[in-house]
Amino acid sequence: MRLRYPDTIRIIRVPCTGKVDLIHILRAFEKGADGVYVVGCMEGDCRFDNGNLRARKRVAQAQAILDKVGVGGERVKMFNLSSGEGPRFAEYAVEMTEKIEEMGPNPIKIAMQKAA
Amino acid sequence: MIVADKKPIEEIIDMVKGYQKILIAGCNECVTVCEAGGKKEVGVLASALRMYFMNEGKKIEVDEITLERQCDHEYLEEMRNSIDQYDAVVSLACGVGVQFMAEKYFGTPVYPGVNTCFMGVTEERGVWSERCQGCGQCILGKTAGICPISRCAKRLLNGPCGGSTQGKCEISKDLDCAWQLIIDRLKELDRLDEYEEIAPIKDWSTERAGGPRRVVREDVRQ
Amino acid sequence: MSAKTPSRLEKILDSGQLAVTSECGPPRGSDPEAITKKAEMIKDHVDAINITDNQTSVTRLSSLASCIHLKLMGLEPTLQMVVRDRNRIALQSDILGAASFDIHNILCLSGDHQVFGDSSQGQNVFDLDSMQLIQTVRLMRDEGKFLGGDDIKRPPKMFVGAAANPFADPFEIRVPRLAKKIAAGVEFIQTQCIYNLDKFELWMKQARDRGLHEKVYILAGVTPFKSAGMAKYMKNRVPGMDVPDEVVKRMAGVSKENQPEEGVNICVETIQRLKECEGVRGFHIMAIEWEEKVPEIVERSGLYPRPKDL
Repeated sequence: MRLRYPDTIRIIRVPCTGKVDLIHILRAFEKGADGVYVVGCMEGDCRFDNGNLRARKRVAQAQAILDKVGVGGERVKMFNLSSGEGPRFAEYAVEMTEKIEEMGPNPIKIAMQKAA
Repeated sequence: MIVADKKPIEEIIDMVKGYQKILIAGCNECVTVCEAGGKKEVGVLASALRMYFMNEGKKIEVDEITLERQCDHEYLEEMRNSIDQYDAVVSLACGVGVQFMAEKYFGTPVYPGVNTCFMGVTEERGVWSERCQGCGQCILGKTAGICPISRCAKRLLNGPCGGSTQGKCEISKDLDCAWQLIIDRLKELDRLDEYEEIAPIKDWSTERAGGPRRVVREDVRQ
Repeated sequence: MSAKTPSRLEKILDSGQLAVTSECGPPRGSDPEAITKKAEMIKDHVDAINITDNQTSVTRLSSLASCIHLKLMGLEPTLQMVVRDRNRIALQSDILGAASFDIHNILCLSGDHQVFGDSSQGQNVFDLDSMQLIQTVRLMRDEGKFLGGDDIKRPPKMFVGAAANPFADPFEIRVPRLAKKIAAGVEFIQTQCIYNLDKFELWMKQARDRGLHEKVYILAGVTPFKSAGMAKYMKNRVPGMDVPDEVVKRMAGVSKENQPEEGVNICVETIQRLKECEGVRGFHIMAIEWEEKVPEIVERSGLYPRPKDL
């Protein structure tokens, strides 16, 4: 099964979304990412019990901070799917990309370019 | 441990917005355990501040450091050589650390990055609660190991008051009545008869009421 | 027990007659008439009038000043004093202030937590607790000493009371707690409002089993319901209050206009039943903002006329 998804997305693999820390999400934006989404297993199906639930909380923390610093909390989102759902993975990628395109570039990136 | 809670980012932004180069200083002790001011929180705050100021078009540098402790000279001294580079420090230590830093680096503004709350325990991750108010004269031996000064809303030494309802305090259904806990434990220890001993009027002079406190131990002093 | 103070309340209790007390809440303002009018309504039907001390932590005209107004009317006040707002300096000072006006009754209380009132951001004091306040008044009266050890010139002569709540938890220590207050030196008790008579009688029995009823005068507390709504509120919202379902049902079972009368009926029936309860030495009628009903309750309960010359 070869599915196409937008090529603007850079995938960072982690053993479990529980490994994704708040600072990883923030750093991505600090370095100019326009959006970040975290794709975890279905809730209740985490191999490590609650890794994806922790990730969900961290995504929520990131949203709150991004709202406060003027980047916009909607640029980060959590998705859940099971390993057999390749088409859904592609769907989420499209959804997120469309959302970000609608929001425009990360204002930090623009500010960095101006400052340079 | 000393339990602290995060300050809202906007409050911190407001404190430091006039400076060019800022150091965020965490502490590896209590505030790390209660997830308010350790290395991770330093990283998150620094990143958030950098993004905020960048977005505002301000060129502000934000550096990070996390000390082993901020309540001891030897660790604070680690900043001696670099402190002059900074226009201000935001300390994520408890109020003790913030002040000791300010005392040591007299010419550098130091701002608190957390709200210091109490001495307490981790009930579960994300839930901390008070256990001690440092009254200076521990009575836990008389109260079955449960402190009515820190855990009774009226700090009654001869409780419970008439507001104790189904094990809960009159001020909140989420708060255990300390005297219910004391009585339950006295019973468990087969010491309920001790309940009728009247606790004498307390000497509060070793508490906050007596003014700022010191412990001087000549046996260990150098 | 024999009278140790000039308190009229103490003399009546000492004579073996059932005592009747009531209380007035001071106003949220400085008009003395708010106190004197309430007192006027009840003065011929009670032996002493409690003045509450910033009850439910809502700021009001002070208990001491209100007591002085009653005293100036020739009535007998009971100074309620909570330890929430005053440290030992202020407590002792106000006790002397009251004594200087020959106020002879005091009720020693902890006080509701300030979170309930209009100053939830305020500090509380709790330098002493109610038990220790009892000890303090007794020390001042009997030894003529301040807590600091110095002598008092013209010590206060006060009949010392406290509250007891037979309905708060844990029930098993409610009688031991009464014993503790007696050991601290309390001489009369006014109880929390009684609606659960079975539970109250059980508490009284346990107190009698320890002979406590002979060591302290217990005045049973009663409060008439004005409405079914009030009964529900007291049941569900007031900490340490025990209102059985059947009482709420009884109030709700009559039409709205008949509810005040039903409330008074319940109150009178409570008093009549408790008159038979050994160890009950009188009644404390707390008609909250409904003082005009006190005379009717006293008369219908067969507690009128009140003793005159003692």
